[in-house]
Amino acid sequence: MAEHRRSLDRPSDRPADRRGLLGRRKVLGYLIAAPTLAVGVSWMTNESDPRAADAAVPSVPQPVDIFDLGDLQNLAAAPTSGLITVQLKSDGTAYFAVPRAEVGQGITTAFAMMVAEELDLPMDKVEIALADARPELLMNQLTGGSNSMRSMYLPVRTAAAIARQRLVETAATHWGVEAGKVTTRKGVLSGPSGRTATYGSLAKLAATAKTITVSAELKSPSEFSVLGKPRNRVDAHDIVTGRKQFAMDLDVPGAKPTMVARPPTINGTLRSINNLAALRALPGITDVVGITHGVAIRGETFGQCIDAIQKVDATWGPGTVDDESDTTVLAKLRAAQLPMAAPALPLLTKTIDAEFVFAFTSNSPLEPDCAIADVGPDSAEIWSCLKVPIVAQEDIAKQLGLPIDAVKVHVVQGGGSFGRHLFHDVAAEAAEISQKMGKPVKLSWSRTDNFRQGRTHPMCTSRVRVNYLAGNVLTYEQRHTSVETDFGHGLGEMITAFAADLPVGGNLSFAETIFALTQSSPYNFGVTTQLLNEIPLKFNTGSMRNIYSPNVVCAEELVVDQLAAKMGQDPVRFRRNFLKDQRLLAVLNKAAEVGNWGKAMPKGTAQGVGVHSEYRAAVATLVEIDCRPETVNRPVEGEGVTGPRVTKAVIVVDPGFCINPRGLEAQMFGGLQDAIALALTSSLHIKNGIPLEGSWDNYFYTREWNSPLDVQVVIMPNTSDSPSGAGELSVAPAFAAVACAYARATGTMPTYFPINHGKLSFEPLPLQPSTPQSPTDGLDHTF
Amino acid sequence: MPTHTFKLNGKQISVEAEDNVRLLWVLRDLLGVTGPKYGCALEVCKSCTSHINGKAFNPCSVQVKDIEPADEVTTIEGLPATVGKDLHPMQEAWLKYDVAQCGYCQPGQIMAAVAKVRQAQAEGRDITDADLDELRNICRCGTYSRIREAVKAGAEDMGA
Repeated sequence: MAEHRRSLDRPSDRPADRRGLLGRRKVLGYLIAAPTLAVGVSWMTNESDPRAADAAVPSVPQPVDIFDLGDLQNLAAAPTSGLITVQLKSDGTAYFAVPRAEVGQGITTAFAMMVAEELDLPMDKVEIALADARPELLMNQLTGGSNSMRSMYLPVRTAAAIARQRLVETAATHWGVEAGKVTTRKGVLSGPSGRTATYGSLAKLAATAKTITVSAELKSPSEFSVLGKPRNRVDAHDIVTGRKQFAMDLDVPGAKPTMVARPPTINGTLRSINNLAALRALPGITDVVGITHGVAIRGETFGQCIDAIQKVDATWGPGTVDDESDTTVLAKLRAAQLPMAAPALPLLTKTIDAEFVFAFTSNSPLEPDCAIADVGPDSAEIWSCLKVPIVAQEDIAKQLGLPIDAVKVHVVQGGGSFGRHLFHDVAAEAAEISQKMGKPVKLSWSRTDNFRQGRTHPMCTSRVRVNYLAGNVLTYEQRHTSVETDFGHGLGEMITAFAADLPVGGNLSFAETIFALTQSSPYNFGVTTQLLNEIPLKFNTGSMRNIYSPNVVCAEELVVDQLAAKMGQDPVRFRRNFLKDQRLLAVLNKAAEVGNWGKAMPKGTAQGVGVHSEYRAAVATLVEIDCRPETVNRPVEGEGVTGPRVTKAVIVVDPGFCINPRGLEAQMFGGLQDAIALALTSSLHIKNGIPLEGSWDNYFYTREWNSPLDVQVVIMPNTSDSPSGAGELSVAPAFAAVACAYARATGTMPTYFPINHGKLSFEPLPLQPSTPQSPTDGLDHTF
Repeated sequence: MPTHTFKLNGKQISVEAEDNVRLLWVLRDLLGVTGPKYGCALEVCKSCTSHINGKAFNPCSVQVKDIEPADEVTTIEGLPATVGKDLHPMQEAWLKYDVAQCGYCQPGQIMAAVAKVRQAQAEGRDITDADLDELRNICRCGTYSRIREAVKAGAEDMGA
């Protein structure tokens, strides 16, 4: 998902009256009645991102669309509802259930750092869990838009700071000394005469019998000892020992492995099962039922579910896009492109016209979609990786015919997301199956299901026209046309917090609004218009590590390189001349310096550069690519593609305030690899209503042999007190840089992405059975 | 139902399963050993990579009947014991370089890396970037750069 594509030149602006002496900021929260010390903080009393107010944001569906008023009143009635809370346990650990999903982006580590910082507690004394669906938070429980750090940075620190202050006051009263004489360090309070007490020993004494409002001061950045310093992931040890649990690893009693045999086209339906009795009699199979989009099979092992899928004889009804293939979709997109509207231009004006096509891509993570559902007559319980658990809860309750509060939704850590877990398709299907079978199920989509029936980033085109004259660009027009992107998950607090009275009707106008709010050219290009049109084809779509920016920016930066060439300027110099944004200029200059821009390179190899600002951050990426035949045609064993290789990358990022340099660097690495895949190798080929791709040896995400050996991330000194978003940040500029480098190395500007899409580089798996049988020759391939 | 016996993470175990069930599901669904991850069951993504008799393999693509009683299967859970420590040097290197993001592929990555390094060391040479280019394990989070750094560091400690 996306945010506005501008960084701010003066990002640290903040009302002066909110700061006390020493640059400390005063914040408000509550001590909550509880057996041990508990602090709650509202989202609203301490603005999460004071800089966000400048972003004009549209309205989204009002809360009533998501929750009935009565539900809301019941849930909101408790005085402490809607708060995020930090609790101090008697053993001295601070517990914080994050209303967000951890999917690899490192938010649990960052939140632990925030708590540790303001509470003066060692990191290993901070316990971070993922909160169940909390409907009273309204849309404040959405993980997306690279927004978690920005929205949670102040509330989480506030809660921890209040907890620390309460402990200090408690110790002072207990010891009969002034609070000013009590200090805190590593979870221990110290007072005059060498008195000390651990936090845990005062956790009960510090508790309050009734909820009261309190204020505290946050540390100023100059006092930080945890925030801003590199930290490894809090779950690293569990990961390397295999202990980290994902949905499929959970042991929920009775929830046996379940898979689904599916139709041969997207969203096809089940008409009949023609051999139900035979399927139910297969070894290890406990249950078989027909569901909306397939035949659900529950058994002792997933392997036996796969075996049974091979035997399914079913009659299928049509899907939603049966007549569509790459070529038909592209023709529809071209027919829907909005016209250019450049004003009358002076004589001698020159024009560049370009059109770029971006194929369908899959947002599937490595972990196949998985959910556990236990649905009874009066209640249901769901476990899954969900980035918008409230919407999942409401939809599933409606589907099952249960009241919302009868459906418990647990958020499980995810093995990646990339946009996939904004939707709860697998959880809803697990609930449908569990209800029909009357038993708990552990549903996993197969790898093939994930590619063929799962969400995709839709095919789109970007047309660009620029008019230029005598060293100036007079107009820049971009017309982006896309198969409809599903925003059915809502967009959360970044929008609703600033809800205006804009009426939103239907997905298109909402998408147009999001596009208009997130896309803007960073260049002084005269009259600039960037517009979106969508076509309402019913593919299963969604965001994929941003919505529009990777495609829009790639198209724009390729044209910028063309402009530079026409004007006889070097690409970096041209950008320096035309960039509006000082932070972008700074990262560009740094990237050019570190990456040794303009160095002599062999024929068939080249550098490329791309810049991008979004989420209040600025990034420049410089890559080197090798397009020489000996590299392009290098062999790889088995199925797979090689092609041009990005050999080096320099990513320079200005993140505003950097919470965790090591985590930020990881996000920059990941975005780079996504970008290489988008530019060079990975796409879905749609043929007669379904993608041909069915495995990772068909969908060519970057592998080690495609990955650059030399990657450098440079984090600029902080330019703000507030963190920017990072999760999706580095994809767009790296995509653009790789595309520009390819154009310079080969002398041909690519116009269809990924560049290898035109040639099918694999033998497609059969469409039926929908999940292929597993091989048996594993012992022949040991090493 | 047939009974199968083999050595799993240093212990001789027996398990009842149909002959054709792939070892991955025997480990995960019947024995509760969940370190090896399901990513495709097609011998492609490599996230279930474990060791058989010290060599890397993918249990998603081996029928349990093909495992002999004397075979030693090691999953990520049993890797530290192969060096008699709390953590294998490769796991230590993974921690040092903070390799993981979501973590789903990492048990398989570590098991593949250990086998790759052993292979190079058996040939009396250091692990090279060309060796690492042969690793097929998908990391959809894209942490390939840190994987390379960590494998090279882990290799040095394995050699010691």
